[in-house]
Order: sequence, then structure tokens, then C-alpha cells
Amino acid sequence: MRRLVFLMPLIVIVALVGTLAWPILEGRDPRQLPSVLLDKPIPAFELPGLMSGGPGLASAVFTGPDRLGKPALLNVFASWCAPCRLEIPRLAGLAAEGVAVYGLAYKDDPAATLGFLEQLGNPYHRIGVDRDGRVAIDFGVYGVPETYVIDAEGRIRHRHVGEITDQVARETLVPLLESLTR
Amino acid sequence: MIRALVFLMIVLATPVLAVQPDEVLSDAALEARARTLSTGLRCLVCQNQSIDDSNAELARDLRLLVRERLLAGDTDQQVLDYLVERYGTYVLLEPPKSNSTLILWYAPVVLLGLGAVAVGIVLSRRRALPGAAPLNAEERARVDALLAEDDSDDAANHGEERRS
Repeated sequence: MRRLVFLMPLIVIVALVGTLAWPILEGRDPRQLPSVLLDKPIPAFELPGLMSGGPGLASAVFTGPDRLGKPALLNVFASWCAPCRLEIPRLAGLAAEGVAVYGLAYKDDPAATLGFLEQLGNPYHRIGVDRDGRVAIDFGVYGVPETYVIDAEGRIRHRHVGEITDQVARETLVPLLESLTR
Repeated sequence: MIRALVFLMIVLATPVLAVQPDEVLSDAALEARARTLSTGLRCLVCQNQSIDDSNAELARDLRLLVRERLLAGDTDQQVLDYLVERYGTYVLLEPPKSNSTLILWYAPVVLLGLGAVAVGIVLSRRRALPGAAPLNAEERARVDALLAEDDSDDAANHGEERRS
């Protein structure tokens, strides 16, 4: 009994450190923030397209009465962002498999975005131009690229921060999109 | 001459601020509120800096946003709520007192309290010990016998005996 009392401080400290270190040991990257909007409808927005007069992108595409009716990806990208360049082929691959891929051009000159897409190919069904980054702030974007999985009702179901690698596409995005389609 | 120049440069030097002149509001009271709010908001790109300190593009956008909300007549709390709605409580440098952050806020106080109690108990026990009574003849004889014993004897055994 006495010995237990002497061990108490050690036990308390181990328990405390264990509790605090648990998320790190579990392999959670502290820089990957969960989206606050998870399972909530996407914020309302209406953005112009790349070409003046051309079609833009509005939240109604995902939430309005004429909505898609199937899950979609919304990819926040910019021509000045290197990982965005790398993930374009993966987005193109997903689009080729029938996934609806939309783009949000974050704080980018439309001319630069057009050049970027001309060079790498355009995987996006439609693009909205967010020049001042306000729509991105409504989404809680804190860096590019970010990719949102939006379900058929227009709710955000997942946010991926950073490049979409083959592994992310195969192990996270595709299974999630499939489960949402069913 | 050079000394005077160096002195002047030191005196006139101002700290490098992330807040750019074109961001500053003309209303000094609003600007002061914006600065106070900014120092409590996390820059999500550089994570351990406030948006007031950070040169990141997003930090600048958020500073402008804070000022815009203040100009629109928001209270300080409304501005904070607006950002928390988008970025979560993570955007606040000082975590709010909620169930999940109780341990952050109160663990140090609780540990300090427990330490104080432990020290208190140990000290009061030490004081409660009876003063060393002089040995009687029998005890003295036993101590002498023990001291005279061969050193090769198991020390641990003695330890046990003495304690009991």
C-alpha cells in the first residue's frame, strides 16, 4: 500500500503523457486538420469561369434542384502550386473512370490557369475562378491542393489535404465514392 | 560621426511587421481591435504563428477578413465565431475551455496541487517523528555487537531488520 502511494506520481505522469501522446503515436499527422464542415452542406458560392462569359461554378451544381445526384470531387488548385501539377494525371484518371471532378482555381490568374491546363490536360468538368480566395476561406481551405468529396446531396464527406497520390486515390477516394454511390 | 549614425539607426529602427500599411484601417479604434483579434488567431499555414505575425498569403487574407467584418459592424466575438465556423477552434491560439481541452487547462494546476499535498504530508510526518530517545544499555550493547560484525554479512538483510 505504501509503495503504491510512492508510485502514484509516476503513474499519473505516465497516464498524462500517454493520453497526450496517443494521437501522435496513432499516426495522426497534426498538420492534417479535419474539416469543420464534415457532413455539412457546402457553403453557398457562385464563381465565374475561366473564359469571360463561359460557364462558371456555383454551389447549386451540388445542392440545387438540378444537382448532379451523384458524388463529386471538388479540387482546389492553382497553377503556381507544384503538387497540383503532380496530381492532375490522377484526377484525369478518376475523371476517365466516370468520377465528376470539379475545380476551384485558388488565387490564380485565369490566363495562368488556362496555360497550366493546356500543358497538363484538363481533368475538370467545370472550373470556378476564386481570385480573392474568399470561397476557399468559406470552405476552410488552408493550403492548396485540397480535395473535397461531396455526396449526392451536396454535403462534404471528406477532405484530403495535399497531393492526391495513387495510394490516396486507390485507398481513400475511390472506396468512399463507391460507398456514396450505392 | 559613425557612432552617431549607428545610434540614430538603432533608435529609428522599427520592428518588421507582417501587417502591411495598405491593410491598416483608418479608424484607430477598429484597427486596435483588429490587431488584438489577429494576435489570438492562428495562421493555419505556419501553425504556431498568429496571423498578426505571419507573412503567409492566407494570414494576410484573414487579416483583411477580420478588418472587413469589423467594418461591417461585427463584435469581436462574432468575428471569432465567423472564423471558427470555417476553420474550427484550431484557428484560436488559446484553446476554448471545453471537455476535450479540460486536461490542457487544468492538468498543470491539479498536478501542482497534488505535489503540494504530497510535500505537505511528508513534511508533517517528518515533524511528527519522536525526538531521538537515548539508547538504553541493552540497545547500546546490540549496536556495538552489530558494528563489530564482519562486513561480509549480507547488507540487504540488515536493511530489512533495521526497518522492522
